[in-house]
Amino acid sequence: MTEPLWPALLGRFGWQDLPFVRAWADPSLSEIIGAGAGALVVVGGLAVVVLITWLGRWGYLWREWFTSLDHKRIGILYVVIAFTMLSRALVEAVLMRMQQAAAINAPGFIAPDHFAQLFTTHGSIMIFFMAMPFLTGAINYVMPLQIGARDVAFPLLNAVSLWLTAGAAGLMMVSLVIGRFSTGGWTGYPPYTELAFSPDVGPDYWIWAVTLGSIGTTLSGLNFAVTIYKLRCPGMTLMRMPMFVWTSLCTSILMIFAMPPLTVATALLALDRYLGFHFFTNDLGGNMMNYANLIWLFGHPEVYILILPAFGVYSEVIATFSSKELYGYTSLVIATMAIAVLSFTVWVHHFFTMGQSANINAVFGIATMTIGLPTGVKIYDWIWTMFRGRVRFSVSMLYSLAFMMTFVLGGLTGIILAFPPLDYLVHNTLFLVAHFHNMLIPGLLYGMLAGYHYWFPKAFGFRLDEKWGRISFGCWVVGFYLAFMPLYVLGAGGMTRRSQAVFEPAFRPWLYVAGVGALVLLSALASLFVQLWVSIRNREANRVPVGDPWNAGGLEWSIAAPPPEYNFAVIPTVNDRDPFHGDKADGDPYAPPKRYEAIAMPANSMTGPALGVLGAVTAFGLVWHMWWLAGFGLAAGIATIVARSFVRDLHRTIPAAEVARIDRHWRRDIRKAKPVGRAVEGTPANRGLAEVEA
Amino acid sequence: MPECSLIDRLSARVRRRSFRKRSPSLGSTRRRLATAIAATPLAFVGGCDVLRLGVANPAGPVAEAQWHLLLIVGAVLFFVAAPVLILTPIIAWHYRLGKKGNVYRPTWTFSWPLEGLIWIPPTGIVVGLGFVLWHYTIALDPYRPLPSTQPALEVQAVALDWKWLFIYPDQGAAAVNQMAIPVGRPVHVSLTSGTVMQSLLIPQLAGQIYAMAGMTTQLNFAANRPGTFRGQNTQFNGLGFQNQKFEVLAMPPDAFEAWVARARATARPLDPAALDGLMQKSVPPEPILYSSVPPDLFQTFIARTQEPSR
Amino acid sequence: MSATEGAHPGLNIAHPHAQAQEETETALFGFWVFLMSDAVIFALLFATYGVMLPATVGGPTPATVYEIGPAFLETLILLTSSFTFGLASIAMKHDAPCRRILGWMGATLVLGLAFLALEVRDFITMFAQGATPMRSGYLSSFFALVPLHGLHVAAGCLWLVVMMAQVVVFGLDGRVRINTLRLGLFWHFLDIIWIALFSVVYLQGLIR
Repeated sequence: MTEPLWPALLGRFGWQDLPFVRAWADPSLSEIIGAGAGALVVVGGLAVVVLITWLGRWGYLWREWFTSLDHKRIGILYVVIAFTMLSRALVEAVLMRMQQAAAINAPGFIAPDHFAQLFTTHGSIMIFFMAMPFLTGAINYVMPLQIGARDVAFPLLNAVSLWLTAGAAGLMMVSLVIGRFSTGGWTGYPPYTELAFSPDVGPDYWIWAVTLGSIGTTLSGLNFAVTIYKLRCPGMTLMRMPMFVWTSLCTSILMIFAMPPLTVATALLALDRYLGFHFFTNDLGGNMMNYANLIWLFGHPEVYILILPAFGVYSEVIATFSSKELYGYTSLVIATMAIAVLSFTVWVHHFFTMGQSANINAVFGIATMTIGLPTGVKIYDWIWTMFRGRVRFSVSMLYSLAFMMTFVLGGLTGIILAFPPLDYLVHNTLFLVAHFHNMLIPGLLYGMLAGYHYWFPKAFGFRLDEKWGRISFGCWVVGFYLAFMPLYVLGAGGMTRRSQAVFEPAFRPWLYVAGVGALVLLSALASLFVQLWVSIRNREANRVPVGDPWNAGGLEWSIAAPPPEYNFAVIPTVNDRDPFHGDKADGDPYAPPKRYEAIAMPANSMTGPALGVLGAVTAFGLVWHMWWLAGFGLAAGIATIVARSFVRDLHRTIPAAEVARIDRHWRRDIRKAKPVGRAVEGTPANRGLAEVEA
Repeated sequence: MPECSLIDRLSARVRRRSFRKRSPSLGSTRRRLATAIAATPLAFVGGCDVLRLGVANPAGPVAEAQWHLLLIVGAVLFFVAAPVLILTPIIAWHYRLGKKGNVYRPTWTFSWPLEGLIWIPPTGIVVGLGFVLWHYTIALDPYRPLPSTQPALEVQAVALDWKWLFIYPDQGAAAVNQMAIPVGRPVHVSLTSGTVMQSLLIPQLAGQIYAMAGMTTQLNFAANRPGTFRGQNTQFNGLGFQNQKFEVLAMPPDAFEAWVARARATARPLDPAALDGLMQKSVPPEPILYSSVPPDLFQTFIARTQEPSR
Repeated sequence: MSATEGAHPGLNIAHPHAQAQEETETALFGFWVFLMSDAVIFALLFATYGVMLPATVGGPTPATVYEIGPAFLETLILLTSSFTFGLASIAMKHDAPCRRILGWMGATLVLGLAFLALEVRDFITMFAQGATPMRSGYLSSFFALVPLHGLHVAAGCLWLVVMMAQVVVFGLDGRVRINTLRLGLFWHFLDIIWIALFSVVYLQGLIR
């Protein structure tokens, strides 16, 4: 334990809590890597601040992005968080793979303590700070456009959710510089994470980062559900909504009901750690099995929160790039709702081995298999969507095809794991790790990347570079197979997960292949950044100002790219699914409105950033036992909320003349553009105006 | 209005060529083939040895039943996966843009016979597998004693950091990181933990069951051939987690008696001093045998949790 | 949705046209959803309490620490406070003078604070008997469930103060009315949770 430096002011912080001091005292490679990571955070953060100052863009960033309540801006910021944290967590994965390849009857180069922090941060970041922000950002951006709304139901709450997430992600990054992170895995099972066994700051960082993020997510779910229920444009009944909106609705309902168990689990663990309660301790009546139930009551619906938006993306992408309407819309809706409901009935399969009766295990095993049924229905519906269509192999479509074939393999191993007797053999081995990565990477990540390529032109007005998109895609697919297929074999051979070292030479070749796979995955991520760079460089050639580069059917494609702040000059009225296809078929998709009205949009607010920063400050204070800081953060947060409630001027009106001016500018782009067929949609000829077949 | 400009034609040709090179069906098949080819020499280097360490090499009736179940389930699932893996690339490639002569039905969105095919056979598979699951889950319940003419050997396992203590209450002996069992006779293990949640797994014999402080869980298994089998803890419990392995020595009954005698002859009782040593966080380099065990030691571990922790 | 279909039954919103009615609909629907997520948290704490009821570890048990008298008094106070808030809502609906609305809100606040004071007194009594949350799992679960409700009541009292200040500063404009509706939902929700608490925790504990 470290010696506290100045308890009254700095709580339990001591010099040893800095990785630089630890590396100085013990210059092993493991500590140097840790110090390097901390240094990267400090230097990187400073570099960003210096760059923005040098470019003189603080005012612009504050006005246009940080205090904006525009769902489109908030969505983009979420995706920025996702890509940033993806980079960190992927590097952590590579480090772990390299360590396991190196540590076969050898010590390797990463000490057990650091390795344990690595697998904990990798899982926590990927779930809470990569996947959740990515999908929340996608829903944020696309869903209001698809339902013909101007914004979400509660724009300020939206910003608060974003900034709570950002604050929590910041806390994760700070843990690299000050202190250490938990070693208890992303689910933080007690009693290992109780004071008796982990008295350090690590589990506290984990508790507060996850709690802050989970509050943000619960509020987002609430926001999206109310938006979909209440703000659909005239004529858009539930059965005329795009599939992405259906999956967003079910995801939101899951968020509302599944995040509270996580809040309860982490809060009770915090009570144990901070106030000496006995919920999950070994002694005085604590019961760790309650934690397992609570965390997986959250954890199982969580994985459906992660996958349903991706399923929504696939529905959109496959229909558009097959130039066909989606097959089996009603079945897809029923399947989506079935998945949402069933997701609450299977949580015990995460701990079949905890000793409950065979009857209980069998019931949950059957429920687990049942949930594979609607998923299979969806996959077949997508296959039949391509049937008798005209399939174009855009990058988004490539991701969708790779998803369909790879995800089904993961589904198979899921059915294997659903059998309790089989789970007894491979639970907590690399077989399990391979299974859930097999679901998350081809499922969630490919879906988000497909959505990224699909909607990027809408958000920024120019298409992404196709060549680098394919390179990245190839690396993601090859890298995934190389990195994770060997893990199935290793798990079947009995190799445990979370192992810093191995002692069986037979594991060697498989760990080597997996290590190569990890490096290929790193190249895939690097290619994405190269693609972004190249795309920005070539943006003029790839502009699609008219806004419909893929000849798609949703309302989001009927407006300019990038869209105006208020989305629609006039709220549309729809009378069928794929309303924009209907308009194009009728021959008059860009009919100008009869008159322009002034539009009231939410005014900017600093409540979001304030609460995010104060939330992170309170959490930091709690982690380090700096009670004065935690108290200040909490009080200031409450004061901010109260102060905001006294603000009366919540709207900014955009005059009708301004709306007209923006609209006419767009219509000039429409007149200048030539309609293009699908064969050339990937070329500079595509200005976003689709040629409609007779 | 489509204009067959030079740009359009050139880019169309580029697109066709790049499609041929980059189509997912051919491309990913080629990639998977490449992966398989790359992996083959590794297999000769001993990669396939890994399967002999685990589920594919059962050495007892429980593990054997689990292996058979895996084969049954795998066979059924093959028929679940195959249609998707076959149809997806074929349909995507066959109906690609630019292929002449295809039927194009952009508004075809529903077909009752197809819906029947999509919903009913998979439901049948799930129902069928459900029966299989129910039967095997009851049969392979870790708490279920194995049918046998011989009484089960009682072993009490205490999970510690970072080692396993195996107590033989009837033999009055104990061992750390070594569990000796007679071949052909069922073994009944009671488990608890002296520290955090842990999980006992012996991939070739049976598993897995959590060991938790203040509680008892049970595991029933047997070995039907002699050998040394790897066992481990699979629930992360700290810095020495990866080192927490033990060996299960399955031996003929008389060899087992000899092992017990050897343990009792070590003159190393599991007294309070030795117990205190075991409670320290450490990884013993070698298995340790103890010549005597305090009575009800297992119960003592469980009762500890009723007092405030030390 | 026409203006009359979407009209929110309850308070007359300042501008009785469709958009304001829809905004009220949306705002209140959203608050209901929030209350449902809060209900899930309470439900899980009730479940935890139920599971940990036997975990008394030789220490204080429900029969030895619960007192029906104070609990019953707290119930009466809270139910009355819901009634007084209802009267405040009705006064607002009928555009009563601010003094009357503030009066009923103030009465609610006093009752809420009285409830909290009694509850804190209960806890202090329990602590004096050695029934602290650190003593056993059962007491931990009690002290997670009941004080969480108390924290919600405290937040409600703070919200009441803020609303009363806003009635004074802004009068009964649209936002004040919507927020009063939300506060009403919150206050009545806490009442329902208390009834469940009283039944599941106190009554069940003393009948055993």
